[in-house]
Amino acid sequence: MTVTPAGPSGAPAVVTRALRKEFGASVAVEGLDLTINRGEVFGLLGPNGSGKTTTIRMLCALMAPTSGSAEVVGLDIEHQGERVRERIGYMSQRYGLYDDLTVYENLRFYSTVYGLHGDARAKRLAEHIHTLGLDDRINQLAGTLSGGWKQRLALACATAHSPEMLFLDEPTAGVDPAARRDFWKSIYDLAAAGTTILVTTHYMDEAERCQRLAFLSRGHLIALGTPKEITTQFGATSIEDVFIELQRRDEGVRV
Amino acid sequence: MSLVTRVRLSRFWPMLWKEFVQMRRDRLTLGMMTMLPAVQLMLFGYAIQTDVRHLPTVVLDESRTADSRRLIGVIANTGNFQIVGEVASREALRAEIMASRASAALVIPPDYARDLRAGRTATAQMIVDAADPQSSSAAMSGAQLAAAALATQIVTERAALVPPLEMRVRPWFNPAQRSAIFIVPGVIGVLLTITLTLITSTAIVRERERGTLEQLVVTPIGKTSLMLGKLVPFMLVGYVQMTVVLGLGKLIFRIPTEGSIPMLYLLALPFMFASLGVGLLISTVARSQAQAMQLSFFFMLPNILLSGYIFPRVAMPEPAQWIGLVLPLTYFLKVLRGILLKGVVFTDVWQPTVSMIVIATVLLAVSVRRFRKTIE
Ligand SMILES: Nc1ncnc2c1ncn2[C@@H]1O[C@H](COP(=O)(O)OP(=O)(O)OP(=O)(O)O)[C@@H](O)[C@H]1O
Ligand SMILES: [Mg+2]
Repeated sequence: MTVTPAGPSGAPAVVTRALRKEFGASVAVEGLDLTINRGEVFGLLGPNGSGKTTTIRMLCALMAPTSGSAEVVGLDIEHQGERVRERIGYMSQRYGLYDDLTVYENLRFYSTVYGLHGDARAKRLAEHIHTLGLDDRINQLAGTLSGGWKQRLALACATAHSPEMLFLDEPTAGVDPAARRDFWKSIYDLAAAGTTILVTTHYMDEAERCQRLAFLSRGHLIALGTPKEITTQFGATSIEDVFIELQRRDEGVRV
Repeated sequence: MSLVTRVRLSRFWPMLWKEFVQMRRDRLTLGMMTMLPAVQLMLFGYAIQTDVRHLPTVVLDESRTADSRRLIGVIANTGNFQIVGEVASREALRAEIMASRASAALVIPPDYARDLRAGRTATAQMIVDAADPQSSSAAMSGAQLAAAALATQIVTERAALVPPLEMRVRPWFNPAQRSAIFIVPGVIGVLLTITLTLITSTAIVRERERGTLEQLVVTPIGKTSLMLGKLVPFMLVGYVQMTVVLGLGKLIFRIPTEGSIPMLYLLALPFMFASLGVGLLISTVARSQAQAMQLSFFFMLPNILLSGYIFPRVAMPEPAQWIGLVLPLTYFLKVLRGILLKGVVFTDVWQPTVSMIVIATVLLAVSVRRFRKTIE
């Protein structure tokens, strides 16, 4: 597999070694070796149930791996989980917003939980609300927002503390094309500011926008590289073709 | 049958099938649906027995004669009273009742036998703790009936002219025997149980359902502050409720406040912790808010019936009493009634307090562990 050099700020953002997670008798992630460089926009692809969310949840120190180890922003996820959490942001598949709090209250709550307060918090909140274009909606209940705005708010909450590393689990599922384009612009802005981003998606146009991709199939890493490398490796013309080919093989094994 | 109705009815079957399949999948609800009527029947059947039996009773026998022992025997034989010990003085008697070790006391004065022999009316006293519904009027009339029966015997034995024996009943702490007086303090305990288990469990389950719990766990908030942040607000709500009921109880029902209110607020703490523990435990079992609600109400049932809130615990058969022993409310009711109605001090209620602390510790230890696992 490709040997990746360490990023500019020393240790890579993510290093996993033989990472494995079992749920009872089934294996969700198996023997995962992955390195993600600092400042990279890294895409994690794979069919439903291939272990993407499970991988992210382990890297966020939300669940302990069954075996193997991983370092995130240079910290061990099992023994330094608390410190990992201070330096990462996580936007889950379900967004994790409080429907009965307003946009402003959600932002204020999450930034406080991340340790911001006083003037620093006020300044950061104002900045955030402005860059995400939420100004007109700060007093609207989060539950009444449309999908695109919810997604924007969720991103704002996950990045309230300017994390070094951001995990985005299907951030654009169920969002219209214009909102998706805006969202990817925000992702590039964050990356340009030095944030490492791991994103999962089922949209192949989004996959093409990542600097590097990893394909998971039933818990295994089956392909890794830049979109270009992967398409040539599989002799395909697009990532979508690769994805469909991989999924077909996966189904073949399953039958 | 027209074609349209037949078509409509044919939709009914798949619907029915779906409901049953869902029901079968939802083990918890299924269990509750089949268990609930059975449990309810058992609880009500057990609890509602107006016949008060085995009321713990102490004896202050200042006469110490064959006659006085005969009276004690007659009282013990009614089955309403269970003699649990003898005391040597009025002070000791008072202490036993204050500490709820006894709910009744039989006092036989020094001149009991002398009066009886001399053909005068001898008097004895039955003191009952009316702050406690255990000492229902049934028990008091039981004592009077027993004494009357003994008197009839003595009349036939000795051909006495005056009524030989009079049993004076003294309901302590609640002389007018108003039921509000023992119900209202209990309301505080029942209300706190409902609030703390129902609101805590549904609030946590709601966060899990909406995915905000996962979002919280990934922040540096820490599991302990997460739990405290979740539980402490409800404790404050509990204190507000307690204050409102106390205020209204005093204003409307003229509930006495004989003892120390700060002590009551302090001793409410282990009770609240225990109830929060139950709420937390329910939240780790329930998969939806509706289930959390069902389980909380399920937990309320034995609390209302078996804790002594309405029905006297001594009137219940033993298995029902054992269940009562593990309910935190059973002990908190003793503390509530003791402090409000009897004006007890801490040394009188240390036993229920220790019981509450033990139950709270066990519940919290188990539920916090389980909760930590669910958010791992
Ligand atoms: N808590 C759990 N208990 C048991 N099995 C689980 C649990 N979480 C995930 N799994 C199983 O692990 C496997 C991987 O699931 P995961 O959610 O990581 O997939 P995914 O790639 O994120 O899928 P999707 O694209 O649908 O989001 C699946 O087979 C899933 O059923
Ligand atoms: Mg997923």
